[in-house]
Amino acid sequence: MLNIALPKGRLGEKVYGMFARAGFECPAVLENSRKLIFENEAAQVRYFWVKPSDVAIYVERGAADVGVAGKDILLEYRPDVYELLDLNIGKCRMAVAAPEGFEDRPDRTLRVATKFSRIARDFYTARGRDIDIIHLNGSIEIAPILGLSDVIVDIVETGTTLRENHLEVIETIVPISARLIANKSGFKFKTEAIERLTGALEKGGERE
Amino acid sequence: MTIDDRVMDTREKIGFRLRELYAGYGYSRYRMSKFEEYDLYSRHRDFLFSDGVITFTDTGGRLMALKPDVTLSIVKNGKDTPGEVRRLYYHEHVYRVTGAADGFREQTQVGLECTGDLRDGETAEVLKLASESLKLCAENHVLEVSHLGILEAFVDMLAPNPRARERILECAGEKNLHGISGICRESGLAEGAEEPLRRLLTLGGTPRSVMPAVRQLAADFGCGSAAAELSRALTVFTGTEAEGRIRIDFSATGNLKYYNGIICRGFISGIPDCVLSGGQYDTLMRTMGRRDRAIGFAVFLDPLERLTEVEKVHA
Repeated sequence: MLNIALPKGRLGEKVYGMFARAGFECPAVLENSRKLIFENEAAQVRYFWVKPSDVAIYVERGAADVGVAGKDILLEYRPDVYELLDLNIGKCRMAVAAPEGFEDRPDRTLRVATKFSRIARDFYTARGRDIDIIHLNGSIEIAPILGLSDVIVDIVETGTTLRENHLEVIETIVPISARLIANKSGFKFKTEAIERLTGALEKGGERE
Repeated sequence: MTIDDRVMDTREKIGFRLRELYAGYGYSRYRMSKFEEYDLYSRHRDFLFSDGVITFTDTGGRLMALKPDVTLSIVKNGKDTPGEVRRLYYHEHVYRVTGAADGFREQTQVGLECTGDLRDGETAEVLKLASESLKLCAENHVLEVSHLGILEAFVDMLAPNPRARERILECAGEKNLHGISGICRESGLAEGAEEPLRRLLTLGGTPRSVMPAVRQLAADFGCGSAAAELSRALTVFTGTEAEGRIRIDFSATGNLKYYNGIICRGFISGIPDCVLSGGQYDTLMRTMGRRDRAIGFAVFLDPLERLTEVEKVHA
């Protein structure tokens, strides 16, 4: 039985569609219910919906053999997992944004508000820039407006929220997309099923 | 005097059986103090499993550490034995930071170190003991074996800058082939330059099914001697029951500043973490001023707590 952690939400539904086309079907997944775990004995597959940022934990800890997580989560939390495939969906970018017309002053410590402290720290450390990280859990965009930070490091999809708050992207850190990940130990014992899934998803991706 | 198994938990049972196994192969017990001078660990931080070390100042004013590792101490306290082989095993607690919560935990490990004038026979013996150690823990296990010399040769063929090299090795450890291709494109390498490395990383399976292709690929790219060394070490499993539980997998990596040559990792079905880890560490020996060669591994007993069903623990 292959245990698969899906990220709740639209991305997860899209991912399930890809998995089903790859031969790992479990129609009950899309039923409108409050159930969180779904099993298809015939296809030897069990799906469960989890919070997107928790997928990597379920996989790293072996509760799921495979799962789909954003590259942002993998870079931030560095789970010890295999990253088998870039699914090329859920595409966005991790970027530095600042108020329109912002001018960086290298003689001052840069105050950076973000949910992604590690990504921000790694990015600025590589440049030798002294920064002050302000870790926030949401509504990052208001931090520079209220003078809490100079810039923000956050995920940017269309840029609409930034524009509406008079912010603009000043630098892209890394492109983000959804990745197929696997537990290292689980991979050793379910190699055939995981490689079959990976191969089918890869072929499906090429066709699209 | 014999001790009734029922008074021991799973970790204790396995720990004692491993000690019995190693002693049966002529390994002597190595005991160390809970404390060691911090300087030893600060000079070889990269070798440690985690960054944190618990330190304190002893009554003489020396900065001491609760040991986060055993191998460094064995190397430091040993001496070169030209023409001889020294076999040691240990059963110790170590203190490491584990998980994202960044807290220290006491962990128990049993392991062995084989140092000295090592030949193919000793390498094969250590791999055999790694395999037997896993079998003592649970029937459904896998011993993953790789050769860092082969992996390094394929990575260095791309001649990446040091940062790109580090990132490529990281991706190799994650089976992240798309990541490797991305780094190669960023580094301005020709399209397809990484194909040999991608092929190497997708070669996975039992020695019987994979080694012919590994030898061919390695010969084509100038590291045939490393592949031959791996083949010779693996012959210890030929025709044995253990053969089907050995997996060649070049995504198994180790810290190249210390490890070289053959490395191995052990997994047990149902336990999400690696339960055995080791390999040749001649490079660490040189770093610490030793001329001897060395190979060893550790079995991490804490994850084995999950093996609660007694029938899974083999007598």
